[in-house]
Amino acid sequence: MIKLTGLRKQYGETVVLDGIDLTVEKGEIVVIIGPSGTGKSTLLRCVNFLEQPTAGELTVGDLTVDVERASKQDVLQLRRHTAFVFQNYALFANKTALENIAERLIVVDRWPKAKAHARAREILERIGLADKADAYPASLSGGQQQRVGIGRAMATGAEVILFDEPTSSLDPEWVDEVLGLMKQLAAEHQTMILVTHEMAFARDVADRVVFIEGGRIVEQGPPSDIFYHPQDPRTRDFLQKILATHQV
Amino acid sequence: MSTLDVDYMLGLVPVLLGYLPLTLQLASIGMLLALILACLFAVVRVLKIPVLNQFTIVFISFFRGTPLLVQLFLFYYGLPQLFSALTVIDGITATIMGLTMHFAAYMAESIRAAIVGVDRSQTEAALSIGMTNGQLMRRIILPQATRVALPTLMNYFIDMIKATSLAFTLGVTELMGATQKEASGSFLYFEAFIVAAVMYWIVVEILSWLQGNLETRLNKAYSR
Repeated sequence: MIKLTGLRKQYGETVVLDGIDLTVEKGEIVVIIGPSGTGKSTLLRCVNFLEQPTAGELTVGDLTVDVERASKQDVLQLRRHTAFVFQNYALFANKTALENIAERLIVVDRWPKAKAHARAREILERIGLADKADAYPASLSGGQQQRVGIGRAMATGAEVILFDEPTSSLDPEWVDEVLGLMKQLAAEHQTMILVTHEMAFARDVADRVVFIEGGRIVEQGPPSDIFYHPQDPRTRDFLQKILATHQV
Repeated sequence: MSTLDVDYMLGLVPVLLGYLPLTLQLASIGMLLALILACLFAVVRVLKIPVLNQFTIVFISFFRGTPLLVQLFLFYYGLPQLFSALTVIDGITATIMGLTMHFAAYMAESIRAAIVGVDRSQTEAALSIGMTNGQLMRRIILPQATRVALPTLMNYFIDMIKATSLAFTLGVTELMGATQKEASGSFLYFEAFIVAAVMYWIVVEILSWLQGNLETRLNKAYSR
């Protein structure tokens, strides 16, 4: 279970997250939507301290941290209980697809190399890239890189995978293969929190959609409610704009 | 104009070759120590570790700002005068100390630039899978920075090999010192020094060739 309580993030005087309360159950798939610059990505990045939150409380599994008093150990533990998929893939450029996936198991979990590589091969099989084990990121397509990025997150065995606009940097031809892999994970009840503009994906796959504006949660609920019966005028406004440009 | 004494030159080759190992030893020990020191300096500068950072800045400034020969004389003649315990420093030790600190100062800056040049996303990805800062440095940042810094570092190594010739001013009989002795005995200065020059040249050429191979290997991950 993931629980955010009163999460705030400020850069100087600018408030980006203005007290976010959010609970995500095990196996739940939560999609965060909202206008650009409303703190969606910052919210995800605060959950694993890629950004240092200003105030609030974070719970991941059995670990609860008051962000203002988080020690180095707390931060490390939070990061080890969460996994992150980046918009720009962020694969380790000096490592092969296999090594990218095995890295966490070898370095953090201290698995013997052979065991970690065997596990990484299983994952490569699942993401359909078994033949690319020894390829370096520079020689992979965007779609393949992002699938390895997801594979790397899968290998962590984390309680939750955080997806930060995972298809936004992709050429349109590669979007489907990445969404397909994410649907596969969803079907396996992997707990996921996603920031995405793929509204069709949100409607079909999410258990819950959370609409954020101005650093606050405006409205949340099952996709059918949010997309077809939004209560708040801001949600309606946003959906109208985005549905005019995106096919659902 | 008199003709070159080719026989003398050929006879000199094996004699001078005997002193080449000391030259290479000075350079490789100096390079190894300089690399270690430079990496430490670079990490201190990148992480801006208090006190050490300021110390490093002054250290680098001094050893870049003064001639190597002056530094060698300071280590060899100067330090024992201040601290009697240091009278045991011989020419070889003083040379290695001088080369190490002088070149560490230069190399620290290129290593630092290479570290800073590694894309921010690499750091975020490493932290996101739960790596500590040390693991991040060792496994992700330094390997990638090495590739960028390698050409410059090899340049410094080549420079250092030639700089070992200054050791003869501290009475060390390495390649340069030996040549000087031979030449002043035979008065065949041109012959003696051209043999020495060619030896330095060949060593440097071998290194350049190694550098090419190493670069190809490190670039493997980045070619499509």
